[in-house]
Amino acid sequence: MKYLDEYRDRRAAERYARLLKSLAKHPWTVMEVCGGQTHSIVRFGIDRLLPPGLSLVHGPGCPVCVTPLELIDRAIAVSRRAEVVFCSFGDMLRVPGSRSSLLEARAQGADIRVVYSPLDAVAIAQELPDRQVVFFAVGFETTAPMTAMAAQQAKTLGLTNFSMLVAHVLVPPAMEAILSSPANKVQGFLAAGHVCTVAGFAEYQPLADKYRVPIVVTGFEPLDIFQGLVMLVRQLESGRCEVENQYARSARASGNRAAIALMREVFEPCARQWRGIGPIPLSGLRLRETYAALDAEQRFQVQGLVASEPKECLAGEVLQGLRKPHQCPAFGALCTPDHPLGAPMVSSEGACAAYHRYARDKQAA
Amino acid sequence: MNKEINLSCPVPHALDTTVTLAHGGGGRLMHQLIGKIFLSAFTDPALHEAHDGARLEPCPDKLAFTTDSFVVRPLFFPGGDIGSLSVHGTCNDLAMCGAQPLYLSCGFIIEEGLSLDALAAVAKSMARAAAEVGVRIVTGDTKVVERGKGDGLYLNTAGVGRILAPDPVSPERVRPGHLVVLSGDVGAHGAAILSVREGLKFDTALQSDAAHLWPAVRALLEADVDIRCLRDLTRGGLATAVNEIAQKSGCGISIDEAKVPIRPEVEGACEMFGLDPLYMACEGRLIAFVPPDHRERTLQALRSAGCEPAVIGAVSEKPAGEVRLQTRIGVERVLDMLSGEQLPRIC
Amino acid sequence: MCLGIPGKIARITAQGGGLPFGRIDFGGIFKDACLAYVPEAKVGDYVIIHAGFAISVLDEAEAAQTFKYLEELDQALAQGPR
Repeated sequence: MKYLDEYRDRRAAERYARLLKSLAKHPWTVMEVCGGQTHSIVRFGIDRLLPPGLSLVHGPGCPVCVTPLELIDRAIAVSRRAEVVFCSFGDMLRVPGSRSSLLEARAQGADIRVVYSPLDAVAIAQELPDRQVVFFAVGFETTAPMTAMAAQQAKTLGLTNFSMLVAHVLVPPAMEAILSSPANKVQGFLAAGHVCTVAGFAEYQPLADKYRVPIVVTGFEPLDIFQGLVMLVRQLESGRCEVENQYARSARASGNRAAIALMREVFEPCARQWRGIGPIPLSGLRLRETYAALDAEQRFQVQGLVASEPKECLAGEVLQGLRKPHQCPAFGALCTPDHPLGAPMVSSEGACAAYHRYARDKQAA
Repeated sequence: MNKEINLSCPVPHALDTTVTLAHGGGGRLMHQLIGKIFLSAFTDPALHEAHDGARLEPCPDKLAFTTDSFVVRPLFFPGGDIGSLSVHGTCNDLAMCGAQPLYLSCGFIIEEGLSLDALAAVAKSMARAAAEVGVRIVTGDTKVVERGKGDGLYLNTAGVGRILAPDPVSPERVRPGHLVVLSGDVGAHGAAILSVREGLKFDTALQSDAAHLWPAVRALLEADVDIRCLRDLTRGGLATAVNEIAQKSGCGISIDEAKVPIRPEVEGACEMFGLDPLYMACEGRLIAFVPPDHRERTLQALRSAGCEPAVIGAVSEKPAGEVRLQTRIGVERVLDMLSGEQLPRIC
Repeated sequence: MCLGIPGKIARITAQGGGLPFGRIDFGGIFKDACLAYVPEAKVGDYVIIHAGFAISVLDEAEAAQTFKYLEELDQALAQGPR
């Protein structure tokens, strides 16, 4: 595929790996924020080509992983209602709630449908006027504009049978939470290329200045990751802390204006619990008053939800880059993709799942 | 809950457009169904004798025997349907034993409400697929279940074949040093199914790769290839098949990702939904394990059968039971079994 | 985050709801995507598609930059005093 395969070129990857080795004179710990980048790194084996002193830790950029447990439980409960058609992205289906998952609920008879785009859920609502169609709005800033468009469409069409369970989360507050934590080891970031394509990266400079960390907006293919790492290491070695853009073929500093505009019209920032991490202020999105009629949480009052995580699950530490998946005692034993304890083992770009599938030979340090 | 029509009524109602429970009742309606749909498509004399079982000629060779059930959804997809899939699938299982497919049985479990046209199309498709490889459909069974208790149609096919491979074709005969030869590009079946699956539809000229593998196996046998093991790729794709052989043989297997042929359309579909082509279902592809000095012979034989083969890897002593992949950028990592189903991802 | 892949706009249509849609070519498979967020996009442009929407028009000049950077840096390190 054009603009994809070229960035998987083996010779260029090997050259970049050699460059990185010669540039990295000191040990550094850097984080790639996005789950899609984690997946790519482990799938192609990029981490095995890094110089020994360069430690790449995986960030909380997996919206499937960080969607609050309570919201998963609520989603499952809503999906079980007879009148509901529950629409979701595919990777949410296997995420374990406190007692069940959407996949299990579907096996027990709930009408749960995988959609590719939020607009597909609106179309289903138009086709089935006698059913209540609920869309599980999960994702970072990349996906929020799509949900916003679906909300606007539903409102324009006057649909009374469409609503959304909103679980969107924002990246910069999470990066700040990681940087401000006393346990933080991260010295530089590979920022998420598609989040920045939508939201821009103007707000990263204050972070870079305040915490003295270089940030490089990076793509997802092997050459993107290598180039991003080279740019990051060059900054670290020379003591710079600027925001640079490796993914300039897609991301621009001002982002996508039309997408940002509609996001702002439909959503406003709110507090959000990040599964495994805890509450991060102003890190989520919720529907504004003008769109509140589409809020599924209000439309379907679900009582008596008690969220509980298994205590062996160390997802929080993994998501903050404090522990690698294979360093968790439950990894590969109590916790596997077939019977996961937490979300990162289930989501296809969760770090634990990526390690289990591609890197089970790594020894726990 | 007796939905059956009273068959003692002097005016039995005419054949409708959909299958009803009465069609499974064993009475006149069922015989009409069998006659109109099945006996017109399946013309084998043994079947038309209409005994409880088919009486067959003895065979001097060892026999292979296999069974498979098919629950595919949707029933019709680009390049095939549940009928052709079942014939290909069962015949391919026989071919993987080094056996020429001889006889098939087919059991139909039909959900009330399935259109008779759909059923007829499936039967015709099975007859066509059977004729392609010369296997005889000699016996069958029909049942009808209540609406809601089946996915339109479930099919079971069992097959008998005569083993023509001189030596057993089995993972136990795989040894370090053997080559892994793949008969063609991967993932087309899985991608074709995706293209018509609700919620994920996309437009493509892509067709399922479902096909008979016996011609390829016969070509290998005729070329005197020392076939140690064969495996057809089905659900779970290439990665799953290779893992099964590694586990059963106790050997290690390494695969070079750059050597695995993938069609651009399949790559496109996988990239779009975040799926890995190495795990995508195939229905007309095999991997063969052969000694390295039979490499050219193997490739030529497969080409003569119309395949576009590639040597994609080799067997080693260690790591025992595991599969390693050399990725597109040249790094080695584990290639695991699939757990659960690949789900399209957003991130 | 997020799975976004490059595809070529083969055709632009307006669909129900007045939203502009494009038929996107991903190397031989085609799927429609909403072009509301890339009003400047034309037929023949490459766009990045995520969840059924185009989020950016691919800058072809910048796309080559990853390779230029590699060449320049390789040369600089070969020549420079290190």
